Amino acid sequence: MSEIKTRAIRSREKKAALGADLNLEEFSRQSEDWAYDPEYRQFSSEERQHLLKAGIELTDEEHAGTFLQADAKVVHCRASQPGVEVLPITEAMSRYDWVSDYLWRLVAVDADKYTARAELELDNGYFTRVLPGVHLDQPVESCLYLRTNLFAQYLHNLVIVEPGAQMHIITGCTTHPAVHSGLHVGVSEFYVRAGGQLTFTMIHTWAEDVHVRPRTGVWVEEGGIFISNYILLKPVKTVQTYPTVTLAGPGAVTRLNSILIAHPGSELDIGGRVILQAPKTRAEVIARSLTVGGKCISRGHLIGQAPEIKAHLECRGLILSPKGIIYAIPELEGQVAGVDMSHEAAVGKIAAEEVEYLMARGLDEDEAISTIVRGFLKVKIEGLPAALEAEMERAVQETGKGM
Amino acid sequence: MLKIEDLWVSIAGKEILKGVNLHIPVGETHVLFGKNGSGKSTLLMTIMGFQSYQVKQGKIFLQGRDITQLPTYERARLGLGLAFQRPPSIRGVKTRDILFACSGTKPYMPLVEQYNFTSFLDREVNYGFSGGELKRSELLQLLAQDPSMVLLDEPESGVDLENLEVVGEIIGRLLQKDRRRGHREKSGLIITHTGFILDYINADRGYIMLDGKIPCQGNPREILQHLKQYGYEECARCLR
Repeated sequence: MSEIKTRAIRSREKKAALGADLNLEEFSRQSEDWAYDPEYRQFSSEERQHLLKAGIELTDEEHAGTFLQADAKVVHCRASQPGVEVLPITEAMSRYDWVSDYLWRLVAVDADKYTARAELELDNGYFTRVLPGVHLDQPVESCLYLRTNLFAQYLHNLVIVEPGAQMHIITGCTTHPAVHSGLHVGVSEFYVRAGGQLTFTMIHTWAEDVHVRPRTGVWVEEGGIFISNYILLKPVKTVQTYPTVTLAGPGAVTRLNSILIAHPGSELDIGGRVILQAPKTRAEVIARSLTVGGKCISRGHLIGQAPEIKAHLECRGLILSPKGIIYAIPELEGQVAGVDMSHEAAVGKIAAEEVEYLMARGLDEDEAISTIVRGFLKVKIEGLPAALEAEMERAVQETGKGM
Repeated sequence: MLKIEDLWVSIAGKEILKGVNLHIPVGETHVLFGKNGSGKSTLLMTIMGFQSYQVKQGKIFLQGRDITQLPTYERARLGLGLAFQRPPSIRGVKTRDILFACSGTKPYMPLVEQYNFTSFLDREVNYGFSGGELKRSELLQLLAQDPSMVLLDEPESGVDLENLEVVGEIIGRLLQKDRRRGHREKSGLIITHTGFILDYINADRGYIMLDGKIPCQGNPREILQHLKQYGYEECARCLR
């Protein structure tokens, strides 16, 4: 038995360091055997609308590649442009010997029971690789879909951006309209080679009783850029994630943006950690969290290990309900001289003077509040499809109403 | 245009205005002098209807309509416009958005271009603005809003000489100073410390506010002259 398997077995029941502890036996591993669907024929218009809210367009047009996994089954997978590969991870492992060398290097298999199960009970996941120097002008779209109620989905994703290449991935993670509960465990390992650029936009649109445990590690080499946008606007039971980005080569840059809304009954524990290992690397972690009654823990951890690095952490929280809780935990850890790290954290309610200021310009109270909320949540996000942008706008409008 | 009758106002239980009476006819501009803390800003904020300013007694009429209990936005929609002395900044909201909100269906771009404000459109509302920029932004919003009753809270404070002229020019435009007396439809109530604004607008009447009351009124230039010469102490003595 491989060393990885042994470690995974040992950690089958290992409680995670953060987040509510889940009894994994409460979820089902039985789902339908969804058919492979090159033309997306099995999706009703209601389902299509629902997927669109998570940014999933169900078309191969205007995409460099597409991947859709429903429960355990890959139902669609295609690379549409030269220079990019999109494969189910299980297929990539059998096609290329070297793929397994990339797995479990950035995320420890024995980190907790979720990583362990992802190894032991792997359903599938996507493998995406863009070849050296190739700039994809259209995004690769991946959709991780819970289509059966109470299903526990275990995924492992691997992304490789070869030297000088550029790619934008949009991942929509969502549930079928009939699903109210389930578990999504997604291990993701991203490698950005020298001079490469990866923009990763992830939109979570779950159901009220779904539990989510992404486990993400990112490796960025010299001059590489990794930008992550994480958007969670809809109700969910619990999400706990703490992606770690290692800036391993000089001049590497990362920017992690997250926009979070905690609804009543939701418990979000979202972090972002950057290890600035090489000189002249730069990092920016920006979180906007808003609660309308749920709990949101916003963590950030910058670790400066080399001189001439620059890093900034910004957590801003807005409480729109008396029952909402926002807990911002920014951490700065400088391990050598010559690091330049800062943080800014602010949690509060909407300032009455801002509302009155807008009311003096003729906006009623609801309009004033939603204008302020929209402004608060506005973080520049590149490359979102128009439908998703409209959906975000609408979600934010809704959130601002009646506060 | 604006009429205030026996207005008593408290903030957090503390009495600030103690029986203010005021009448600003259509087309007239009145200025309000007074020491810091005398209640000038409280009067403007109360006219605008902000929540922490509690009217204990008295009434406010705009164009004959009792607005004392109306919410702020309805007063704005009825034609009241206020330029704040210290406007709050609103992160993430662009100046463009607020101008759009002010102007309704009218185009605001010609104003923006005329007053050299194009580069501010994509900046966050009031965030990191200098004193002069804040005032220009406030006045531009009012121009876009086009109120019939203009309330200005120290429009000249923090403005450098270069910007002062533009500020004066915009205020003149807001109050239709290019028209002859009797032909103006806009009215104004302006708080000023320096009286500088009088060079631009030729105000019709001046008031002195002392301890929450308006005990004295007259020709604004004469009042200013008097204040410059003798100060507010002399006012207090004179009124005793």
